Amino acid sequence: MPQISLTVNGKPASATVEARTLLVELLRDKLHLTGTHVGCDTSQCGACTVQVDGMSVKSCTMLAVQADGANVLTIEGLVNADGSLHPMQAMFREYHALQCGYCTPGMVMSAIDLVETHPEGLSEEQIRHGLEGNLCRCTGYHNIVKAIAAAWPLMHNKALPVAAE
Amino acid sequence: MVVDGIGASVKRKEDLRFLSGRGNYVDDMNRPGQTFAHFLRSDVPHGKLNKVDISAALKMPGVVAIFTGDDFTGVGGIPCGWQIHSKDGTPMVEPRHPVLAAGKVRHVGDPIAMVVAETKQQAKDAAEAIILDIETLPAVAGLTAALAAGAPLVHDEAAGNICFDWHIGDKAAVEAGFAKAHKIVRLDLVNNRLVPNAMEPRAAIGDYDVSSGEYTLYTTSQNPHVIRLLMGAFVLSIPEHKLRVVAPDVGGGFGSKIFHYAEEAALTWAAGKVKRPIKWTADRTEAFITDAHGRDHISTAELALDAEGHFLALKVNTQANMGAYLSTFAPSVPTYLSATLLAGVYKTPAIYAEVKAVFTNTVPVDAYRGAGRPEATFLLERIVDVAAREMNMDRVEIRKKNFIPKEAFPYQTPIALQYDSGDYMATFDGCLKAADYAGFEARRKASAAKGKLRGIGISTYVEACGIAPSAVAGALGARAGLYEVANIRVHPTGSVTVFTGAHSHGQGHETTFAQLVSEQLGVAHDMIDIVHGDTGKVPFGMGTYGSRSLSVGGSAMVKAMDKIIDKGKKIAAHLMEADVHDIEFKDGKFSVVGTDKAKTFGEIALTAYVPHNYPIEELEPGLEETAFYDPKNFTYPGGCHIAEVEIDPDTGTVSMISFTAVDDIGRVINPMIVEGQVQGGIAQGIGQALLEHAIYDESGQLLSGSMMDYTMPRADDIPNISVGMEVTLCTHNPLGSKGVGEVGAIGSPPAVINAVVDALRDYGVRHVDMPATPAKIWALIDAYHPKMAAE
Ligand code: FES
Ligand code: FES
Repeated sequence: MPQISLTVNGKPASATVEARTLLVELLRDKLHLTGTHVGCDTSQCGACTVQVDGMSVKSCTMLAVQADGANVLTIEGLVNADGSLHPMQAMFREYHALQCGYCTPGMVMSAIDLVETHPEGLSEEQIRHGLEGNLCRCTGYHNIVKAIAAAWPLMHNKALPVAAE
Repeated sequence: MVVDGIGASVKRKEDLRFLSGRGNYVDDMNRPGQTFAHFLRSDVPHGKLNKVDISAALKMPGVVAIFTGDDFTGVGGIPCGWQIHSKDGTPMVEPRHPVLAAGKVRHVGDPIAMVVAETKQQAKDAAEAIILDIETLPAVAGLTAALAAGAPLVHDEAAGNICFDWHIGDKAAVEAGFAKAHKIVRLDLVNNRLVPNAMEPRAAIGDYDVSSGEYTLYTTSQNPHVIRLLMGAFVLSIPEHKLRVVAPDVGGGFGSKIFHYAEEAALTWAAGKVKRPIKWTADRTEAFITDAHGRDHISTAELALDAEGHFLALKVNTQANMGAYLSTFAPSVPTYLSATLLAGVYKTPAIYAEVKAVFTNTVPVDAYRGAGRPEATFLLERIVDVAAREMNMDRVEIRKKNFIPKEAFPYQTPIALQYDSGDYMATFDGCLKAADYAGFEARRKASAAKGKLRGIGISTYVEACGIAPSAVAGALGARAGLYEVANIRVHPTGSVTVFTGAHSHGQGHETTFAQLVSEQLGVAHDMIDIVHGDTGKVPFGMGTYGSRSLSVGGSAMVKAMDKIIDKGKKIAAHLMEADVHDIEFKDGKFSVVGTDKAKTFGEIALTAYVPHNYPIEELEPGLEETAFYDPKNFTYPGGCHIAEVEIDPDTGTVSMISFTAVDDIGRVINPMIVEGQVQGGIAQGIGQALLEHAIYDESGQLLSGSMMDYTMPRADDIPNISVGMEVTLCTHNPLGSKGVGEVGAIGSPPAVINAVVDALRDYGVRHVDMPATPAKIWALIDAYHPKMAAE
C-alpha cells in the first residue's frame, strides 16, 4: 500500500493508504481531522471542501495519493494560535450563517476561496453563484450570503466596492 | 435586568465548536475495537427472497460476521407509534416490518444482509460476494397504480394495498352546505414526494459492554429516548436500564431522524453477538433509498361558496402513500396532522375529509418538516385562489372575508382543533405591506416590458404544533405520551446544568434554553450548560419534532426552575430569619420584601450543598429539580407568506424575485435564531414548489436517487427572505411561545405556486402541480400557443 507524506494545517503528516483511499478519508479516518465532512457521494454538496496548495478542492473528489507532498488546509487550521477566529468564521457566527453546522466547514472553506479570488469585489449575485457547489439544508443561504459579504472587507482590509446588498 | 434573557439575539454557544471543526457528530466518533457494517440492500422493488448465500462472502478478508433475515426471527419488528382506525372501526393494517428482509423484499433499499468487517471497505467488498436469488415480483410505486383493481399486493394481508380508510368531520353538514351553494369549486392536487436530505447522512454505532451487560447505541436521532423505548421494548427486548441511546451533534433532521430505523436495531443487536462495537454510516445514495420520504399525497378538494364569497363547506378526499412499511409516525401525517388543519385561518362552518393510506413498493413515507400541515395548507390556499378567480373576486378580499376574526378566539373549528389565539388580519396586513403588494402592478408592467411574466402569490396558514397534549394524542391513536422533561441541576457555586429531553440538531437550543435560565434565575450565560441527546444523562424526554422544543420542552424548564426558586425561598427565609411569604426572588437575588436584606442565588446554592445553617428538619439538602410538562392544547402559529416570481416564457424558468413572511409564533426568545428557522423552512418550501421531486418509475426504481438527479435548492435558487413578526401569545403555556420550526415549510409552497399561476394568468393556466419545473411551465405556455410552437 502506498505511503504518503504531506503537510496538513502547517504540520507534517504521513500515512499508509490504499490506492482507492480518498483525501477526505485520509483526513477523517487516518489523521482524525473530523471537521471536514462528507455529505454526498456525487461531488455535489461541498461539505468536504478543503484547500490543497492554496486551491479550493472537494476532498471527496481527490485521491489521498494525489495529495502526496501537498500542503493541505482544513477547517481545523483556520483558528489562530491564540484561539481567535478567522474573519470568515467570525462573520458566520455574527450573521448566524450556520444552524446544524454540518455544511459549515465546507461552506467556510469555499467562502474564503471565493473572497480570496475576488479582490476586486463581490456582488450578492456573485456570492450566490459562487456557492453553487455547496449545499446547506438548514439556513436558506440568506445569512451565509450576508456573512460572506461582511467578511470581504475584513479579509481585504478595505471597504467592499460592490455592495453585496 | 438580564441582558441575555428572553428577546435578545444572543450569538450561539454551539457555533464555536462547529466553526472550528470540533463538532461531535456520530461519524466523528470511534469506539475502541470498532468494526464496520455494510448493508446489502435490495435493488429490486418487489421480490421473493429465495436464497441469500453468504458462504463465499464469509471467507473474504476482514469479515467478522454476516447476518441475514433468518438471524432476526427471534426479535420484534420495527414498530409503528401511531394507530389509526378506519371508518368501519377496524384498526389499520400493520404488517410486520422485519429488521432485515425476511421472505420478501418490498422496496429498493430494503436491507437483506449486514456484513461486519474490520474496515468499511472490507465490509463493502464482502457484501459484493454475497449471492442473492431473488424472484422478481410485479411492483406498484404510485398511488394510482397501487389502488387499481387487481394491482399486485405489497403485503398479502393488506387487500387492495389499503392500510386504512379514515374520515373526519360532519358529512351531513357538508352536504347541506353544498346543497345551498352558489358555486362549487373543485381542484385536483398532487403534493409531490420529497427526500428530506439533511446534510449529515444517518449513522450509528452499536456497542455492548461485556462487563456490565449494557448496550449503547450512538445514533443520528432527533429523539434518543423514543428510540430507546421503541427499540428496547418492541424490537430487542432490552430493558431501559441496560440500554443507553446517545444522539450527539446531529447535522439536521427535518423529521427524517425522528423515526426508529432498522439499522439501529441491527447494529445494537449484532454488537451483542460479536461483542465489539459496530459502526455504520450511510452514504448519500443509501440515504435516498432508506431515509423516510415526505409528502406524496393526491387530493381532490371541493369548496362550496355563497354568492358573496363566504365559504360554506369543504370536502377533501386524499390518498396518501405510506411506502412499503409503516414508519414510526406515518399514519398520523395525512390524518391528524393534516386533515384537522383544513379549516386553516378560515371560519368554514362544515368540513369533511376522507383519507386512504396506501402501501406501495417504495421507501416508507413519514413526517418531513411540517408533516401534513404543508399538504393541508397547499390544498387550501390553492383552492382559495382558484375560487377567487372563478368568483371574479380579489384574492385579498376573499381571504379577508373568511378569516376567523381575532375576537373569536378561543375558536373551535369544525374538525377537532380549538385554536387558542391569533390575529390573522394583523399578519396578513403586515405581510401585504412588507411585500409592497399595492405596488405590484407597476412591477408586473416593468417585467412585461422586458418580456418576462411576473406574478405574486399570497398564502396564509395556521398550524398545530407544540406536540402534544398526551391525553388528546392518545385518544387519536398515539402510542406514547408527548410531554417533555427538564432536570435543572444547580451546582454548589451557582452554575447550572440543564438536562432536557428536547434535542438540538440545528435549532440552537444550547443558546435559547440558556436564555430562559438566564432570564428566570439571573445566572450568566457562561455559567449555564444545556445537556441533551443522551438517555444516560437526561432523565427522560420525547425529543424534538412538531415545533415542540420551546413550547413543551421550554415550559418544562420553566416549571423546574419554579421549583428551584420555591426551594431557594425556603432556604433564604431560614438564613434571613424571615417568613417564606416575605421572600421575593428577582434579578438573581432572594430578598426580604421591604428590607435591604438579600442573599444571592449563589449563596443559596452553596447553603443547599453545605447545609451547616439549614432547615434540615423540613428540607432536604441539594438544589436540583425535575419537571414533566404536558401541554394543555396544541399551539397554533399562523401567518402570511408572499412570493414574487418572474417567468421567462421562452424557457419556462421561474426566478424567485422576493419572499416576504410575517408570522405569529408567540413569544420570541431569540429573534436571530427565529429568523434563521423561518428562512430555512422557506428555502425548503421553495425547493418543494420549484425544484424537488422524488420520482419512481412504474417498476419501483427511484429515478431521482442522488444529488445529481434530485434538485436540492442552491444559493442562487433562493432569494433574500424578509421575515417579520406579529405576536399574539399562546394562552396555555407559561412562555406564551407557539413554535417556529415548521412555519416556513408550511406557508411557503402555496405562496410560490400561487405566484406562478398568477404569472401565467394570460395563458389559461388554472393550476400547476409542484415542482413547477421549467419543462412543466414551458409545456403549459406552449400548449396555449400550439400553432406558433409548431411553426
Ligand atoms: S462530500 Fe464532497 S462534495 Fe459532497
Ligand atoms: S447549517 Fe445545517 S446544512 Fe448548513
